[in-house]
Amino acid sequence: MKFKKILPQFLTLLFIVLVFGFFTMNAQINMDNRGIEFGFGFLSQEASFDIQFSLIDYDGSRSYARAYLVGLLNTLLVSFIGIILCTILGVIIGVARLSPNYLINKTASFYVEFFRNVPLLLQIFFWYFAALRALPMPEDAPLIFGSSYMTIKGLYTVAPVWNNFDVFFIALIIALIVIFFFNKFAKRKQEEEGKQYPKFLISLGIFIVIPALTFIVGGVDLSWSFPELKQLAKTSFTYEGGLGIPPELIALTLALTLYTATFIAENVRAGIQGVGKGQKEAAASIGLTPSQVLKLIIMPQALRIIIPPTTNQYLNLTKNSSLAAAIAYPDLVLVFAGTAMMQTGRAIEIVAITMATYLTISLTISAFMNWYNKRIAIQEK
Amino acid sequence: MTNVNILKPNKENLNLFLVIGTLFFFLGIIDFCLNNFYEKNITGFLPGFISFFTPLIFGMIGLHLIRIEYSGIKFLDNLNKNINTNNFNAALSVSIIILIIFGVAPLLNWFILDANFVGETKEACTGGGACWVYIKVWFNRFIYGMYPNAEQWRVNATFIIVLGFMGLGYFFPVKLKKYLTFYYVVFLPIISFLLIYYLISGGEFGLEWVETGAWGGLSLTFIVSFFSLIFCFPIGMMLALGRRSELSVIKYSSLSFIEFWRGVPLITVLFMSAVMFPMFLPDGTYVDKLIRVIVAITLFEAAYTAEVIRGGLQALPRGQYDAAKSLGMGYWKLHLLVILPQALKLVIPGIANTFLALVKDTPLIFVVGLLELVGMLNLAKTNPKWLGFSMEGYVFAGIIFWIICYSMSKYSQKLELKFKTDR
Repeated sequence: MKFKKILPQFLTLLFIVLVFGFFTMNAQINMDNRGIEFGFGFLSQEASFDIQFSLIDYDGSRSYARAYLVGLLNTLLVSFIGIILCTILGVIIGVARLSPNYLINKTASFYVEFFRNVPLLLQIFFWYFAALRALPMPEDAPLIFGSSYMTIKGLYTVAPVWNNFDVFFIALIIALIVIFFFNKFAKRKQEEEGKQYPKFLISLGIFIVIPALTFIVGGVDLSWSFPELKQLAKTSFTYEGGLGIPPELIALTLALTLYTATFIAENVRAGIQGVGKGQKEAAASIGLTPSQVLKLIIMPQALRIIIPPTTNQYLNLTKNSSLAAAIAYPDLVLVFAGTAMMQTGRAIEIVAITMATYLTISLTISAFMNWYNKRIAIQEK
Repeated sequence: MTNVNILKPNKENLNLFLVIGTLFFFLGIIDFCLNNFYEKNITGFLPGFISFFTPLIFGMIGLHLIRIEYSGIKFLDNLNKNINTNNFNAALSVSIIILIIFGVAPLLNWFILDANFVGETKEACTGGGACWVYIKVWFNRFIYGMYPNAEQWRVNATFIIVLGFMGLGYFFPVKLKKYLTFYYVVFLPIISFLLIYYLISGGEFGLEWVETGAWGGLSLTFIVSFFSLIFCFPIGMMLALGRRSELSVIKYSSLSFIEFWRGVPLITVLFMSAVMFPMFLPDGTYVDKLIRVIVAITLFEAAYTAEVIRGGLQALPRGQYDAAKSLGMGYWKLHLLVILPQALKLVIPGIANTFLALVKDTPLIFVVGLLELVGMLNLAKTNPKWLGFSMEGYVFAGIIFWIICYSMSKYSQKLELKFKTDR
């Protein structure tokens, strides 16, 4: 009996060890032959390549580690924007699919069926190579909303110019902390004395008032910088000032948002449908108002169904943002697994670091999700 | 004195309201069309802001006038019930109708009315619409890649024979039904591999050898998806069983395998198979690019399949295990005869989704330099003779992928209904 249990485990272990051993041995021999030494020392070497779009200071004289950071931040940026936009769009479409209005319902399901069945890479290519290339040149671009220009070279829009931004930022964090404690206090009051505060309104007030105060007392100052057309050469124009968003980022965000929103819409629909009809009727019969029914009865139950698969979609979006490499948006894969690898030739180290980065992001979010799921799971007796 | 409500129709004066309502509704639509397509603003005498919204306002008034609880006219009742329950709904409906007209008319123009279908060269495309000549000229390249024109019958023949073998399973006599799984999981892949090896790749029996680098287009999409689909399923099943195993070594090695593949993007996996994997092989051995890609995609999707199947295994009540064990079944008998048939039935939608994801992921193989449909498009659009037709290409590929994926998902829904058993 014991033997029956040990043998398969032993064989599995042996197999894993043999495969890994075989690979490491070969890698060692191959690297010896080519005179490469395994190690991460190259990270501190000078990168000597430029990156088109960077959130932090970067130029060719910085190290590979810095280039890695630039790529990682660009990946996180596109994922962050994508997650916010696709959540908004997904919720709207998901609710629209439940609408009793035939036209809205059908339009929403047409959207879902269409965008989820076309490969994401194709959509990215479509937006980047076909749709955005049809935009006007900078000198012909019309003014949108009195402030922005949508051109073939990207979107140029207003940028905020801050004075003493750090003071404002600290004020924001303080406001969040105050809101957290206020909500705790309000909850306790309600549980002990049954007293209800307009939690949302007060929270919103705190969130606006505390940062706004810094404009008066903290020396914070905000002005706007507008893009202005500038001639570089006879036929070459560009915009200066303001905020320039490269077309790669726009195409990638558009494609990721439209694609992922279809999946989120389906999750939202399933979640709302998953709450039994009896729940709503019971809640209404004990005299809750429709908004209370939504807030206290339906949403807490629907969210329990919606959140786990939706987090999965967020993870997918983050991983899919690596398709950026196909349209030369300088994300982690393009900068690090592309350019840096070509230059250093350190395939094993660089692919390993890239994979480890994505793995860390995924596992962290999964671990957080597992914890959250356990917390909100219905405690069955 | 009769109480006349001029804003609400009733059964007596319904006809009058119908006429006025319809009039208003179409006035809105016509206003919108004139505005958009003929640049004539018939409501120009109104202030700009109101004039902009007149189609919506007219449409809403029209729908408001024909809103009646019950009229006895079937069409009107259906209309009121579905798109015209209250003012808010009416506004949404009108906006959607306007949006559809706004979107569909230019699309129709581009797709068909202004498009060019005849001709052989770029010069044939004179209209403002799509240039389908481009697709026509490049069609063979999009389907077969760089495969030599004279040899393309070999690809066709292979696909027809494999399809024939696949369809054969459908006609199995009842007596042989139990070998069906074996047929699909073992026999079919071997046959297809041999066919592809000898017929598409060639090199023997007097057939010209065509290297895998020349394969491409839609046929490559099919080859990659076909093998990855067939292999990822059994591997995923083993991993799912492994993850639920009581033996800790097996459990944790399956777990880390699954979590690893699920945690990284496919593009990095393909990078790994392209640049890192050759370093792990003995010097001088060379594994074909295509095989490396198929193995990479298979392992990647197997991890996702495993998680889906695990969901099905977990959903089965404990009683099923206990009952099977009490009949004296061992581990394999228990799983193959009792647990898996029920679990797999439960997870048909999930598996279908994984398979769809796999098909949609195949364009990524451009990373290693294999050009399937999307890769061929990118190649074609850089051809100096045919610059500027990327839109047509992507729309064409989008339609093809959409048809494949949509029919797959519809088929899985049918399958789900077919195997649905009430508990």
